[in-house]
Amino acid sequence: MEKTYTVSIYSENNVGLLNRISSIFLKRHINIESLTTSQSEIKDVFRFIIIVNVTEESVKKLIKQIEKQVDVIRAFYHTDEETIFQESALYKVKSSALFEERHIQNIIKESHANIVTVSPEYFVIEKTGFRKETDRLYHDLAPFGLLQFVRSGRISITKSKMGISEILKKFKSDN
Amino acid sequence: MWQQPPRVVLPIFRTMKTKEQIALQELENESINISGAEAVIRCLLAEGVDLIYGYPGGAIMPVYDELYKFQDQLNHVLTRHEQGATHAAQGYARTSGKVGVAIATSGPGATNLVTGIADAQIDSTPMVCITGQVASKLLGSDAFQETDIIGISTPVTKWNYQITKASEIPEIFAKAFYIARSGRPGPVLIDITKDAQFDTFDFAYQKCKGVRSYNPIPVLDTNAVRQAAELINQAKKPFIVWGQGVILGEAEERFKAFVEKSGIPAAWTILGLSALPTSHPLNVGMVGMHGNYGPNLLTNECDLLIAIGMRFDDRVTGDLNSYAKQAKIIHFEIDPAEINKNVKADVPVLGDCKESLNALIPLVEKKSHKQWIGRFEELMKVEVKEVIDKDIHPKKGGLTMGEAIVSINKHTKGDAVIVTDVGQHQMVACRYADFVRSRSNVTSGGLGTMGFALPAAIGAKMGAPEREVVAVIGDGGYQMTIQELGTIFQTQAAVKIVVLNNEFLGMVRQWQQLFFDKRYASTEMVNPDFVAIAKGYHLEADRVEKREDLDAAVAKMIASDKPYFLEVCVEKEDNVFPMIPSGASVSDIRLK
Repeated sequence: MEKTYTVSIYSENNVGLLNRISSIFLKRHINIESLTTSQSEIKDVFRFIIIVNVTEESVKKLIKQIEKQVDVIRAFYHTDEETIFQESALYKVKSSALFEERHIQNIIKESHANIVTVSPEYFVIEKTGFRKETDRLYHDLAPFGLLQFVRSGRISITKSKMGISEILKKFKSDN
Repeated sequence: MWQQPPRVVLPIFRTMKTKEQIALQELENESINISGAEAVIRCLLAEGVDLIYGYPGGAIMPVYDELYKFQDQLNHVLTRHEQGATHAAQGYARTSGKVGVAIATSGPGATNLVTGIADAQIDSTPMVCITGQVASKLLGSDAFQETDIIGISTPVTKWNYQITKASEIPEIFAKAFYIARSGRPGPVLIDITKDAQFDTFDFAYQKCKGVRSYNPIPVLDTNAVRQAAELINQAKKPFIVWGQGVILGEAEERFKAFVEKSGIPAAWTILGLSALPTSHPLNVGMVGMHGNYGPNLLTNECDLLIAIGMRFDDRVTGDLNSYAKQAKIIHFEIDPAEINKNVKADVPVLGDCKESLNALIPLVEKKSHKQWIGRFEELMKVEVKEVIDKDIHPKKGGLTMGEAIVSINKHTKGDAVIVTDVGQHQMVACRYADFVRSRSNVTSGGLGTMGFALPAAIGAKMGAPEREVVAVIGDGGYQMTIQELGTIFQTQAAVKIVVLNNEFLGMVRQWQQLFFDKRYASTEMVNPDFVAIAKGYHLEADRVEKREDLDAAVAKMIASDKPYFLEVCVEKEDNVFPMIPSGASVSDIRLK
């Protein structure tokens, strides 16, 4: 049965590694739902968060293929229940709408969104949360005319410990 | 008028130790200010490389200029196409056990390497490929002969890296060789921009001892070994299938000890061939699509399948849903990604197989499975009657491929390195060739690269110069890299080339006959005069068409100490059997 899995990869920060990792998905005809990369909690160690909808058997094999890459330190997969995750969205709306439609102010307030910037022409709202929350805000604002909308990939932290520092220490002492 | 060209002396004929030692000593003592290009050569020397294959061009010219200066220490073989350089490097790696090195220029030079790299990746062959690249300031400008070889080679390399600064060269080369040869070996590509070749820096070389994110050999789980031993000792009908892991792990002797102590019949995958002598009483033959009857049928009868250094390729397993379902599976494997990839293992034993077998042997009871082995013998009798007799002792019709292989066995005393291409001849050669020692079978197994054999044979001969190397090739694959006859002529590498000519792309034709109602779409070959072509390259060459002439022709070829070409004209529409139709179960193996 297909399910949403969060793939977390700890790796060296090398040019071309993203290509190497994405080619593992490409080779197996698996679509990446979202992908974010950033520095991890450890200096010089990079972290990928990749969201895929696949079977557990398939994600297990993906993890092994990813870990097989020389520059990958470790890879893990988790279900939604095992992670804390968020996405960020930005909404650009015409400023006139804010003043003409009082309802917009209520929408912003109720959704706990932040106004990032306001100019005479447009204003930008930011909302961080679950997909359904950013989706709801999207649907609420759409009738007033969205000039632009963008949503980030999922960022996620696991409830369980990853133990990358220990793994790195162990690799060092092994070598 | 034609004149003998200056002969390229192979490094094996040289006494070059002292010079090399001097060079190394120089390096150990202090750093020296040299160009990136010279650093490349010194890195190769420091890694013990004395022979590389390649083809020059604009973006790699600084390195070639240094090759000229170092020609008394580092031999370069000019192949006639970059693909040939990779296959030659593979052949060299397969017979010598060392890392093969291929070098090419940017753009088309680099893309021509890709087939060989992909082949080395899927067959776990240690290889380092070096490509030139346009100057770093031109990267991304669509400069002349610029191509993104890092992007192109990523899915088919174990690791790759683009060097844009000369100072990166020593560390990256050290890492490249370490990665290529350690753990499950594979190809590594290093792309070097032209400015990095020209720039100078203070060079010092240090061998790579480890990479923090890379754990090549998993720690052996002694508990798993104990569980494996228990299953082995309890099994009534155990069956071993071994692969190239036994050879790559240099575990042949330990493997033989295990087989003999446990008394378990053992079959090989095409890449495992030659790790155990053909004549060994417990060697029951080949598994897979054109493997032997017994090993395939009994895969679905054994109660324990012990897989050692093999990866359950689809050509071995056929339909996975009906593959050894009745058996418990033990999987000895170095690559964690192979565990449970195709076949679920009841007991996976991760680790270097030499180490694993060493731990296993004392725990295994000495046994002989007479009755069970009798089943293999019975089925072998059936196969001999239905297939093998017709293949190797035909009473009528044209020459067969099997006869040619048997004749090669006879005249090499079964102790040649047999290099094969891909197709019917490959299956026939692997089925009927005799082997007495390891690293004697060089073939393109996983990728199935037609055109592999001729260049690979050049490398195989240079990797094992004291051995007889016979390349057995079909008329189709031969013409894919036929230009490497030029390399053979120039280096005088004493390769014996046997083309089994059936004037068809035989394996495809066989499928067309069996599964496409004999619609022979584009499989018939109208061939040139192969003997004339070989003679054009000033090689000794002969053609044999009649059964009564075969033995003498093969004898003459083997007796020659020079490169030699022999065309054997075989029956046009012979098929290779047994056969497991694609996607069928190993139990559905057909004898005709």
